[in-house]
Amino acid sequence: MSVSFPPALLLLLGALLLPLCRGRVRTALLLGLPLLALAAAWGVPDGSALRVDFLGLELEPVRGSGVARLFATVFALMAFAGTLFALGQSRLLEQVAALVYAGGALGVTFAGDLVTLFVFWELMAIGSTLVIWAAGTPAAYRASFRYLMIHLLGGVVLMAGIAGQYVETGSIAFTAMQADSLARWLILAGFLVNVGAPPLSTWIPDAYPEASPSGAVFLSAFTTKTAVFTLLVGFPGTTLLVWVGLWMIFYGIIYALLENDMRRILAYSIVNQVGFMVCGIGIGTAMALNGAAAHAFAHIIYKALLLMSAGAVLYMTGRRKCSELGGLFQSMPLTTLCGTIGALAISSFPFTSGFVSKSMITQAAVDQHLATVWFLLIAASAGVFLHAGIKFPWFVFFQKDSGLRPPDPPWNMRAAMVLFAFLCIALGVFPQPLYALLPHPVEYVPYTAAHLVSQFQLLLFSGLAFFVLLPLMRRTETISLDFDWFYRVAGKRLALALLRRGAQSRARVVGLLGARAGRLLDGLFRTHGPHGVLARTSPTGSMVLWVAVLLATLLLASYL
Amino acid sequence: MNDRDRHWLTTPQAIRRLWLGYLVVLVLTVLPDLFVAQYEHFGIDDEFGFYAGYGFLACAAMVVAAKLLGKWLKRPDDYYER
Repeated sequence: MSVSFPPALLLLLGALLLPLCRGRVRTALLLGLPLLALAAAWGVPDGSALRVDFLGLELEPVRGSGVARLFATVFALMAFAGTLFALGQSRLLEQVAALVYAGGALGVTFAGDLVTLFVFWELMAIGSTLVIWAAGTPAAYRASFRYLMIHLLGGVVLMAGIAGQYVETGSIAFTAMQADSLARWLILAGFLVNVGAPPLSTWIPDAYPEASPSGAVFLSAFTTKTAVFTLLVGFPGTTLLVWVGLWMIFYGIIYALLENDMRRILAYSIVNQVGFMVCGIGIGTAMALNGAAAHAFAHIIYKALLLMSAGAVLYMTGRRKCSELGGLFQSMPLTTLCGTIGALAISSFPFTSGFVSKSMITQAAVDQHLATVWFLLIAASAGVFLHAGIKFPWFVFFQKDSGLRPPDPPWNMRAAMVLFAFLCIALGVFPQPLYALLPHPVEYVPYTAAHLVSQFQLLLFSGLAFFVLLPLMRRTETISLDFDWFYRVAGKRLALALLRRGAQSRARVVGLLGARAGRLLDGLFRTHGPHGVLARTSPTGSMVLWVAVLLATLLLASYL
Repeated sequence: MNDRDRHWLTTPQAIRRLWLGYLVVLVLTVLPDLFVAQYEHFGIDDEFGFYAGYGFLACAAMVVAAKLLGKWLKRPDDYYER
């Protein structure tokens, strides 16, 4: 069967059906739609499967390739395990939003042109914002808006880049580019916002930990890894990415070491892990790109598993701070086991998925004789074990006894965790099926005596460092300042100060020139102020909206 | 909580044994360096116990760096709610 419709449509249209049904039908839809989308993704042939002419642009809503299939496979698997984990616990809004979100991610992977990519990109932004919002707490509401602002900003930058690219080249095809013109720099910047690059990395640890237990699981998978996909296809071998990636790697480690909230530790470690992928894309050889793609695949699974185990703890105890947790291994053995398997996989422990994926990136650094990069990557590999591999399970499940004795979570959460724990080990022991999906032929053998010895040494001595230095890592009830301080504190102060100054100036003008000047100012404010007719952006906004509606209608109509 | 309620893994004897076992495993990971040749890519990465020493020192450096940065960056966790 050859599929020529975007597999994403199954999830997007299916999501709209969810509110209309309940009970078993809804459960069947939630679990069945991701599997249908997976089957559809595998039916997409290589090359362009659908072309649509739209307002003089030639769109390619469906274009298959090996790397698209790889990412689509793991996105669909993730949507399945995520909905399984969420069954019965999450709100309808979160379920609908999660499917839209996953659909957006799937849409990007098969986008052959930048306009299609952009439409699905923005759908992801909306879906993910609603996933955060669905947690229903005031903190989640505020975090979702900060999150949305960043992603709308990234979207605007990306859109400007796409428009510039079209003006310059007359083409909107999504292919490998060089960052050599303003337009392409803007496209790169738009991708980098979503990948969690500095200075805006903070949107990940700010927003994800405020989502519901299941919401954070969905969030961990799609946005950053879709951005990894677009960088992999769009900007392979861009040297800047090596250093951006390394920055993200160490930023993630240092902030995770300082953090007390268990899910925020994992959020920082998303930045850290995505940093490895970005670095690999920057190195840009076949080995490095394979490593980045394989690591994205493995990462989605073990990171979701880690957030599932943290979500299970949160769901059963209602607590999220390491300083209030501990000793849970006694009553939550399965959650502890699954969380530990996820922690070993993220640390690239031999016989787990991380071992067979990340080592391709370090190998690429060796092959290219990048000494500095290699020494930093090896130090960072040790640091991953430190901040995620040991710190997370130690403070949540072991350390002091918190006195809490919650049981393991309900069956569906346990099933989702066992499925992904199984995959973490299966991929580590039998890497061949994963290697066969990679964009380039694989000539890499992960299991050699030398590699096993060096990895065991590196990790176990990192573990020794952790326990020796444990007194330096005593948990404190703190957060760490980050770039978001500038828009949450400094920006607010500046705005309030300007407002105060404005009111003072107005009073002074009225005092000097009389009441008529005041009326003139009021008139100006009415037309040019934030809500004034002349300051409105709605004509542009509504035009963009209607063009998107037109595009969606046309897309649907082309199948009828 | 009295001693009988304690999980066996949390008793001092068990913790001592875990440490001992861990140290034995650490020695076992370094010993193969005597007969498994590591590739030399960058001058020192084939030395005896390179990965052990480098991993330990790198982690110690990161913990200390985090500790120092923490003095400057840490705030009470209700900082943004106030």
